[in-house]
Amino acid sequence: MRTPKKRRLTIVLISGLCLAAATGLMLAAFSSTLTYFLSPRQVEIKHPRVGMDFRLGGIVQAGTVHTDVKNGTPTTLFRVTDGRASVPVTYTGVLPDLFREGQGVVAIGAMTKGGTFAASEVLAKHGAAYMPRDVEQALKEAGKWNPRFGPPPPASEWNDMSVKGNNS
Amino acid sequence: MNENVLAQGRTAAKGGWLHYFANPGRFLRIVQPALPWLAALSLMLTVTGIVWGYEFAPADWQQGNAVRIMYVHVPAAWVAMAGYAALAICSFFSIVWRHPLADIAAEEIAPIGAGFTALCLVSGSLWGKPMWGAYWVWDARLTSVLILFFLYLGHIALVRAFDNKAHGYRAGAILALVGAINLPIIVFSVQWWNTLHQGNTISLIGPSKIYITMLYPLLVSTLGFYLSFITMVCTAICAAINERKTSALLLAAAERAP
Repeated sequence: MRTPKKRRLTIVLISGLCLAAATGLMLAAFSSTLTYFLSPRQVEIKHPRVGMDFRLGGIVQAGTVHTDVKNGTPTTLFRVTDGRASVPVTYTGVLPDLFREGQGVVAIGAMTKGGTFAASEVLAKHGAAYMPRDVEQALKEAGKWNPRFGPPPPASEWNDMSVKGNNS
Repeated sequence: MNENVLAQGRTAAKGGWLHYFANPGRFLRIVQPALPWLAALSLMLTVTGIVWGYEFAPADWQQGNAVRIMYVHVPAAWVAMAGYAALAICSFFSIVWRHPLADIAAEEIAPIGAGFTALCLVSGSLWGKPMWGAYWVWDARLTSVLILFFLYLGHIALVRAFDNKAHGYRAGAILALVGAINLPIIVFSVQWWNTLHQGNTISLIGPSKIYITMLYPLLVSTLGFYLSFITMVCTAICAAINERKTSALLLAAAERAP
């Protein structure tokens, strides 16, 4: 029995499927341009042209941060890594508060002839883990995590850590 | 002959439960008395969640006190998406079954949903400046939520753009259904592409990456935001039904007058 309701239901469902397929194909085709930043590994593969602006994202490699202050303006040298490749970065200016070794960052700038990434802007990309300072301290003291070397361990390991002076 | 009658009776009974609650008058009778209670409960939960989060929950290890924006930003984002899902479901019922209540609900959901989306965008931008170093970046998560906001605005404008109300409802329903494709894009944007916005903290299938003393106020605040949304939408729908009833009565009285 084909009532108008069933006909409309069929039309809506078929149009929905077509639309979903079209959007899926479109996103798959554009996926490289929808990416906000390139990782050091992608930089190594793609070799962006010298002087072409792009965004570089990754983790600030532990032990590579050097800051020189000239005329009151700090210039910072560090390496951004994704675990497989790393790119040296220079930035002149004040870094965001969250900048530290092991922190995720997105740097905007271009490659120079020497193979260094000259950043005009550095954004901090913080992780998805939220915990009180006491828990972070407890994790460090227990030797389960060092923030310099990447994201914290799974929450199951720290959600029962004792909180000193917990006020809630 | 007998079979035919039986079959027809059965389909009518099957469709019956759907039409039972889609009756605007019945909706008004069931929902209107509950509104003061809903409003009181949602206000209580929202205030509890926000005061708990802003006064008593611990500061974050790396973000410090700025993390407290989470207790507004995250519930607003969830409600903005759930509101759009509700809008799409109403549009589906409106297109397939032509329920008048679904049309009224869709018209009333859109401005409230747009408000929550705006709250999510503004609070997120105020959070982004101190933490990331930028109010706005064009990454996939932020852009898809901005598109959600524009879809809400488009729906508000489209529904009201026709002289014939039914045409506006039909066009709005099609826009809402087409725009629903944006919802999975928002949810998975942080997994599919590199974004400045961090990945998901709360997961329904795995452990959440948030300490429990910060999770509880977030959940209370979320419940409060959801209930507030439901209360606002139900109040707006009741007001719209009452408005239609009044104008119908006035019209009938005017026609009876000599």
